[in-house]
Formats: sequence, C-alpha cells, structure tokens
Amino acid sequence: MTVTIAAPYRNETPYPFCPGCGHGSILDKLDEALRQLDLDPAEVVIVTDIGCAGLSDQYFSTSAFHGLHGRSITYAAGIKLARPELTVIVIMGDGGTGIGGAHLINAARRNIGITVLVFNNLNFGMTGGQHSTTTPAGARTSTTPGGNLEHPLDICGTVGVNGAGYVYRGTSFDADLAVRIADAISHPGFALLDIWELCTAYFVPANKATRRSLEGTIAELGWNRGVLVERPVVDYGTAYRASAAALPPRTQPSPIPIEFVSPLTGPCSLLVAGSAGAKVRSAARLVGEAAIRSGLWVTQRDDYPVTVKTGHSISEVVMAPQPQPPVGGSIPDVAVVASEDGLRKVRGLLEKMSPESRMVTLLEFAGIVTPAILDVVDPAHSPERIPKAALALVLLTVACTRAGLVSAEALRAAAAGPFAAENLAAIEAGLAIAG
Amino acid sequence: MREFIDGNTAIVRAALDAGCTFFAGYPITPASSILMTMMRELPRVGGVAIQGEDEIASIGMCIGATLAGARAMTATSGPGISLYSENIGLAIMGEVPLVIVDVQRLGPSTGGATTVSQGDTQFVRWGTAGGFPVIALAPSTVLEAYALTARAFELAERFRCPVFLVTDKELATTLTTVDLKGYPVVALPDRATEAAGTPYRFRPGDKVSPLHEFGRGTTVRFTGSTHDEAGFITKHPPTVEALNRHLIDKIEAHRAEIEMVDADLESGADTLVLGYGITGGAVRAAVAAMRTQGRRVSGVVVQSLWPVPETAIAAAMHGIDRIVVPELNPGLYRREIERLAGGRTVVGVERLDGELIAPAQILEAAA
Repeated sequence: MTVTIAAPYRNETPYPFCPGCGHGSILDKLDEALRQLDLDPAEVVIVTDIGCAGLSDQYFSTSAFHGLHGRSITYAAGIKLARPELTVIVIMGDGGTGIGGAHLINAARRNIGITVLVFNNLNFGMTGGQHSTTTPAGARTSTTPGGNLEHPLDICGTVGVNGAGYVYRGTSFDADLAVRIADAISHPGFALLDIWELCTAYFVPANKATRRSLEGTIAELGWNRGVLVERPVVDYGTAYRASAAALPPRTQPSPIPIEFVSPLTGPCSLLVAGSAGAKVRSAARLVGEAAIRSGLWVTQRDDYPVTVKTGHSISEVVMAPQPQPPVGGSIPDVAVVASEDGLRKVRGLLEKMSPESRMVTLLEFAGIVTPAILDVVDPAHSPERIPKAALALVLLTVACTRAGLVSAEALRAAAAGPFAAENLAAIEAGLAIAG
Repeated sequence: MREFIDGNTAIVRAALDAGCTFFAGYPITPASSILMTMMRELPRVGGVAIQGEDEIASIGMCIGATLAGARAMTATSGPGISLYSENIGLAIMGEVPLVIVDVQRLGPSTGGATTVSQGDTQFVRWGTAGGFPVIALAPSTVLEAYALTARAFELAERFRCPVFLVTDKELATTLTTVDLKGYPVVALPDRATEAAGTPYRFRPGDKVSPLHEFGRGTTVRFTGSTHDEAGFITKHPPTVEALNRHLIDKIEAHRAEIEMVDADLESGADTLVLGYGITGGAVRAAVAAMRTQGRRVSGVVVQSLWPVPETAIAAAMHGIDRIVVPELNPGLYRREIERLAGGRTVVGVERLDGELIAPAQILEAAA
C-alpha cells in the first residue's frame, strides 16, 4: 500500500518552547491533521493571539493572523464570515478563555465555522505563571500563593451547552489527537478542542503536575474526556448567505418632487412640543415634506427621552427658501404645544417668542405666558372626532395654515404612506378648524 | 428632486456606494441606526453585517474580514471608541484599511444619553497606545457626511490605516433636505492584489503596499507585533525603526493629499472664524451675519481634523488679528490653532450643555 503524505505545513523554524512544554507536541499533531486533510496552505489561516501559544503561527507555512490577547476568535470570525471557504484555525491559551470569554461563548452560540484549539496549561506561562480561568482549585501559582480559591472554567461544558458543533477534551499526550483535530477542522460548525498540557516552567514545579495528574484533575472535577459533543449544525456564514438569497435589492432614495410654491421669503422655525408616543415626530416630518414639496429647504431636529414612549417629544422644523444649517439658540417663529410633557420642556422658549410670532395650543394651555399671537383650539368643537394620536398633526395643520407656511395641497400630497388615511383625516380636521 | 434624510442614512448609502461589504457593530445611541440600516442593506448587496457581542468583537471582526478581502466599516459613539482602542492600534500596526464612524455624544463615560458633543476631537487622534497617526474626517452637513464617508474609504485603501469619520448626535439624526443631484459619484478602484511582493513596504518613498488578502493563491502573514516586510515578528532595531517611521511617514509625507477644509476667505479680513463638524453651521451663519454688518471676516470649516490642515489654516490666517474657534468641548481643537497662530489672539467659544452653539455666541466672541 502506498501512503501519500502531503507536504508538511510546519516550516523549518525550530519551536521556541521550554523543554517538556506541551505546545510543540500539539503543534506537531496539528501539522499531522493538516497533512491528512491535504488543504492548500494559502487557504488555511492560523489565527493566534498572545502568550507562548500565540507564537505558534510562525512555525507554519500557512497564512497567519497574530492579534491581540483574547481576541483571536473575533478576527477568525471576521475572516470566516467574509470568506466561508477558508479554513480558519484559532490557537489560544487558557488565558484567552478569560479575557476573551465573551467571544468564545458567542462564536460557539452562533456556530461560526472555525476550529479553536485551546492550549490549556492551567496558568499564564509567558508572563510569570499567574493563575488563569482554568487553574484548578487549590493549585499554587504566582498569584495564588495560598492555593487557588477559584473554581476552574469548564470550557467544554460552556461552549457545549451553547450550541457548539464539535467539542473535545483531552491532553497533549492523547494518541488520537491528530485525528480529533482533523475531525474538528472537517466539522462545518464551531469546533473546539480543550487540550490540557504541562507548563514545565511554572505549573509543573509549583504543583508537581504530571500527565497522570492532569487526567486525575479532570476526573476529580467530574468532567469527561474524549469527543463530548458532535452535532450536525450549519456554519453561521453559510446560513447567513442562504437567508440573504431571497432579499429584495437595496433601498433606493425616496425623492420628493417640488410641485407647489410657498409664500415664505425667509427662514421660519416651527416648534412642536408634545408627548412621546403621540406621533409628534411623524407629524413634524409630514409638514417638513410638505415644505420640501413647496420648494423650501427643511431641517428637522428631534428631542425625546431614551425611554422613547414616555415623557416629552419635541421637533423643531426649520424651513427656508435657502438651505439653513442646524445651529443653536433659535427662537420659534411658530409654536405648537400639544401636551403638558411638551410644554414643560419648551416653556422658556415660548416666553422669548416675538409679538409677531404665532402659537397654537389646546384650551387647557390657554394661560401660557408668551408674547406670541395665541391660537387656542378646542378639538371637542371639531365636527369630526379627533383621536389623540392625530392631535399633533391637527394642531400643526392649523399652525401652518394660519401662519401661511405651506398650502393645504402640499400637506395633502405629503400625507402618503402607510398612514395616509389617518393623516389625511387629521389634515382635513385641522383645515376645518383653521377655517 | 430632493430628499429628506439624516446623516446616519447618508453614511450608510455612501459606504454601500463605495463598495463596503462588511459591517460589524454594537448598539449605541446615536450610532445605532447605522448598525440597523447596515443589517438590513448589506445582505441585499452580497455583503455581511453582524451585531457583535460587544464593541471589541465588532472591530475585531471588521479587521479579520478586511484581511479576508472585505471592505469594512464599523460605527459607534465615544464609549464604544473606548473599547475599540486596542484594535485601533492593531489596525495601525498591521496597516488595515478600516472606516470607523464615531457619532459623538456628550461625555465622559455614558455622559448625556443622548445629546450633541464634539468631545472626541483629540480622542480619535490619541486613543490608542503609541501615539501613531490616524486620519479623521469631520463632515458638517448631511451632504458632506456622504462625500467624506466615500473619501474615508478611499483614504483607508490608499494609506492602509484606520480612518475615522467623526460626526455627532445632531448630524446623525437631524433630517435635512438634500438635492439628489448634489451627491458626488463614488467609484473606488478594485483593491490591487499582488501575487508576488511583500505584504508590507517600509522604505521611505515607497508606495504603501496594497493589502495582501488571505486565500488569493499565496500565503499571507499578518501580525500586530513589530514585524519585517514579510510579516514575521522581529525586534531587529533597524527594521523596527523603519516600520515605525513608515507608519508615521506614510501619512505625514502625504498631508497635501489628505488635508481638507471648506474655506470662505475674504481679502482684508481681520477676523477668522474656524470650526468643524456640526459647529460648521454656526461658523457659516456667523460669517454671513458679520458680513451683513459690514465686517471683513473669513471662515474656515475644517474637514480633515487629522492631520490638521496646517497649510490651509496658515493661508487663512494671513492678515488676521483675531481667530474665533467655536466647539462643543472645552477647547480641544483650539490648542491646535493656538500652536499655529503666532502672536494672534485665539478666542474659544465652548459649549458643554448638550446644545448647539448659536451664531450670536460667535458674534459676541468676535466683537
């Protein structure tokens, strides 16, 4: 029988690792797995971050990405999402499962089709033997002189319960490790191998750790070794492209024709103050579009609380025959007050209005202090019942008509869209009140 | 025909027109509508948009996607830029073309959620370790938001570095009338790919090497550590010096290509009003108001915050006695102007209450 062995994926640079360190033997197994799979080295990207394990990519002749501590999974996810056909392999240490824990869980949950090899030597080997998220309870490290008080992170359990496609726990001594790595790479979904190993610089001397004690610790924790999860899943990027296939083309601009004329000769600031959730912004926008249809240049600035559906909602619509950039300190020329929430926010502005300016409001606010000409509207006297959600547009229609800002035709033309019937009813009610 | 759109919408449209194929972001007001619109639009043009588990993952995915051939953008606000910090450094060191939108809100910390600010003016320049340069563009209108987004993609490709688009809550959310004929036509060249050659070039005078993408026939090495022109980690002092000088010089030596202002100069002017971003509106309005009063005044709206457009600012300062610099922060850009002002008087107009600067405030400072 002839066995064809693909060219080695290892380059000729010798490993830099300490004598007895498990990193080199895991990397040899990775090389073996890649040879079995016979992948194009240019199509394989080894993504590493920081720590001794983070040096690994330099010993391979594949493509490589060496990034920031704990973030290798995010780079790998971006690579895989952009080019699903690439084979993306993350090599990270146990340190990365702490600083990058959120990325680990979320890549597993989404089933990003990458393979993650955790070089789990139970401590930070490069920075001086500090404890990590996987350091066993009681273990001595440079930062746990009295023995580790923290419970170790169950990496496999965490990604396993959150949807990962393939999960394996073992040690760097496992005879079948190369096969498991090849299986993981071949799996379409998120695959992770938690590979326990010896850090001979720090963890071994401080804890008398051996191959046997690694296996013993796993058993004492009640955790299993071997293939723990293998489930049929679809890679996120593949699922994304499938779901995108039926989407319509991208949204195009919504042009507004200029079909009316406005009597305005200078800028006019129209302020509407009401309650959040009461269609203040959409009513202001409708007026703004009516003004654009009348050849005016319009800006609309909105202010409302982060809670969206409670409190005030204020819109300032500035319309002018020439473009007007948004600036501070403007005093309304026309104001509409539709609720107590709105009034509370704009009371100071109303006091500064000029005697030629105009304000439209409801009967209950007839006592407002303002130099402006006050138009008080009583919706109860409208021939048609006015729903609360229509009030802002009714009052704005009254204001636009009385102040001569935009015509009834322009308002009607701007009333199109999914709420055309409601909007038209409100505009007609406002026109009736305005007389 | 005109339309009624906000700045965030214009940014997304420009990004798509410039060939953006990847977006990752995390929700934050007032940048969220960029995320939502990208999530809706990118899959429709064959791209990918994803909401990351946090800002760190979002920019990390953008960097990874870029190396795999995407043209990427992310968007956040000041608190998110804080979390982007380490990866901004990675993108500088690894020479990753990336557009980062910072829709500023009033800070520090969660600050005023959500009111307008220009508080990140220096932060975008100095927000990662090492002090190496980035490019930052600041639109002052919705139309400029479109044009400068497209320009940001061009500059990111040309100089292989993160390019910030610095906007704010008001520009992002204020609906504005735009003439559809006013938008510039955007056509970015395809990213040059080289089958041979090194992925990095450090020698002075060399053209920045085009980005080498993964999976295009040859292996590509990328690293955020000091490296040689092949992408291998090195601490060899002459190589490290050449790399670091290159990261600075590739921008410094091409300032003329990058620097942008909208200058409205008047001969014989004794006063200069200089602003940027959303405050550009008040600058233009104040200049117009002062001229109607018979004053000779020049106005400059800076579009490239970084590098500081020193040539154009020096030209605008000719014959000027008094420079007024309005901004929505405690005078952050004023220090750049003071550095260039010689003996001229530089007066700031600052506003930190979440409201826009009024033209009247500028008139008062210019009096």
